[in-house]
Amino acid sequence: MGILDKLRSKDSDPGAPEGQAQQSGKTAESYTLKIRRYDPESGEAARYEDHEVELSPERSVLDGILYAKDHADASIAIRCSCRAAICGSCGVRINGKTALACNTRISDAAAKAGAGEPIVVEPMNNMPVIKDLIVDMDAVHWKKIQRVVPWLLPDGEAPEREYIVPAEAMIDVTQSMACIQCGVCVGACLALEVDEEFIGPAALAKAYRFVGDPRDGQTEERLQDLAEDPHGLYDCTHCFACVEACPKDVAPMDQIMRLRRRATGDYGIKDKNNGYGHEHAFVNILERWGTLHEAQLLPRTFGDGSLIRGQTEPGAVKQLIESLPTAARGLKSGKVSPRKALLHPKLPDQKSVRRIFREIHARDERLELNMYIVGENSAEEEGAQAEASGEV
Amino acid sequence: MKLAYWPGCVSRGFTPELHGSMELVAPKLDLELVELDRANCSGAGVIAEHNQELADTLNARTFALAQGVDGAFGMMNICSTCQGAQSECQERLDADPEYRAQINANLRADGLSYDRTGDWWNKNFLWLLVEEIGLDKLRERIVRPLEGLRIAPFYGCYIVRPTKRLGFDKHPERDQYLDQLIDVLGAEPVQYAGSHKCCGFPLITMNRTTSLRQAGRHLADAIDAGADCLVTPCPLCHLNLDMQQPEASKYVERDLDVPVLHLPQVVGLALGLEPKELGMNKHVVKTKDVQRKVAQLAAA
Repeated sequence: MGILDKLRSKDSDPGAPEGQAQQSGKTAESYTLKIRRYDPESGEAARYEDHEVELSPERSVLDGILYAKDHADASIAIRCSCRAAICGSCGVRINGKTALACNTRISDAAAKAGAGEPIVVEPMNNMPVIKDLIVDMDAVHWKKIQRVVPWLLPDGEAPEREYIVPAEAMIDVTQSMACIQCGVCVGACLALEVDEEFIGPAALAKAYRFVGDPRDGQTEERLQDLAEDPHGLYDCTHCFACVEACPKDVAPMDQIMRLRRRATGDYGIKDKNNGYGHEHAFVNILERWGTLHEAQLLPRTFGDGSLIRGQTEPGAVKQLIESLPTAARGLKSGKVSPRKALLHPKLPDQKSVRRIFREIHARDERLELNMYIVGENSAEEEGAQAEASGEV
Repeated sequence: MKLAYWPGCVSRGFTPELHGSMELVAPKLDLELVELDRANCSGAGVIAEHNQELADTLNARTFALAQGVDGAFGMMNICSTCQGAQSECQERLDADPEYRAQINANLRADGLSYDRTGDWWNKNFLWLLVEEIGLDKLRERIVRPLEGLRIAPFYGCYIVRPTKRLGFDKHPERDQYLDQLIDVLGAEPVQYAGSHKCCGFPLITMNRTTSLRQAGRHLADAIDAGADCLVTPCPLCHLNLDMQQPEASKYVERDLDVPVLHLPQVVGLALGLEPKELGMNKHVVKTKDVQRKVAQLAAA
């Protein structure tokens, strides 16, 4: 029994590994953790170490790491505190997927690893390793959070008493406020993997928290800044890695899409990165043809969504020239015929598609359903209730 | 099995070999495809970014058209991106009856309506192969096992994330289907870092460097792991991995030259169809080496 266990059993800490196994009445099982060890000060290369741990199946991967630390090697470095997905300290990669170790059941991780395979535990990606499983959050995550000016910038003088804010506006930013700054999305981000300057999911979600706040007086300036930054709003590759990894359902990518919607839809910000052009090209093409006319997407994107407007900008010309070799290869391979590049068939009932575009664009307000507020199971609950009351 | 079939835009546009190969593979698997020729683009996430109600209405329209196909088991798509964009809209439509009614009101003028019924589904060909046809049944139909071919799976983001939305509760192995399929076809699935990562396509017009570094890196990883080719169920991934490959090679500063096949092409090869009829000559990166290996299999 390790020294920590002894201390815990003395004051019967329910968090102690064996203690809880007994409490829950489940028997401990054996799991193998393959932990990546690395100490930059030692001058030695990183290595993997296997550790057998005995825990009941409902315990967490963090419990497993702490077990190995208690029983086998006290020098294993892991940052942790609350063990309950509140403090956001223990972000790691488990079998290649970024997650909070305390929020991942050890039996689930073992099942995912496959029969007879160890649970691989590594430090998060996209941040330098300080030691073993601890990454340098200051160097990446916190620096990026600072980048988006993460505090309120109200206009004019503060009111005598409190600010009065409509409830709907606060509900709108609730999801981004749920962030616990664990950096798991930063570790999972696939754009950051190839562009370390990308502002990244956590900081952009934080930016929406202030862009969406009616008390902030710099909404347009914030959006302009993020839209024009080549590593900002339009450097997100829409891969859902952050949505998948976030332990608090903040869905950072959804917040990035909201920022884009506000930038282009509400403020008409025409950025140099073609964010505005791409969105408008896509929308205009579907409104006209109903399906995607790919040959026109590129030139329209470089020209604010149009084949004429914005096309004489030096940036648009340069980008068109850059895309010519790819277009030529498309023609040469037979993928694209000149006829197909020029002509695109309309849907047989394109009129009805166009009507949908017109009607929805004519609305004063955008209709949005926030799944974070509604919840995924509301329909089933409703169904169950209806069933119970004999309505079905 | 009769299916409402949504091929998507790109499979009939810049990757015509995808739609073409699917049409040849379908009868070999007893699939009767009723093409939704009035359906619109899924919006590929871009329309949802622009206006959620618009995206949800356009996809509800497609679902309504699919539900109107008499005797169809469900709807099948051959584009990971369509799957993801449509699943996102379906999730919202299914979550809230009041919201669904509002969206359906936008379709009333055309006499269309999306009904939330528990057993109606929209599945990518990959999901359909494993869950509705079954890999054992597929195995029985194979006339040319792709022995010796090392194939690197490339799933595409939209078909693997977010797992909550994409039905992983019910089908937890959806992120392994491509590997399982390659194995059943007699080929060897190649393990490499990029299989579930992003091809970079959504950024190609907005940040070319990030986009092509992503494509280049995953292609390089697959080559280094010994892949003869990649296979993907997503035509947009195909555009960045195949059509842009010569450009991507500049951004990762190395030669690439690895063919990228569409899912129905690989299935078609194992079912005895010929590379040429599967449109394998219409790729930017030449598929000659793969074709030669397949020809040797036929001779053996």
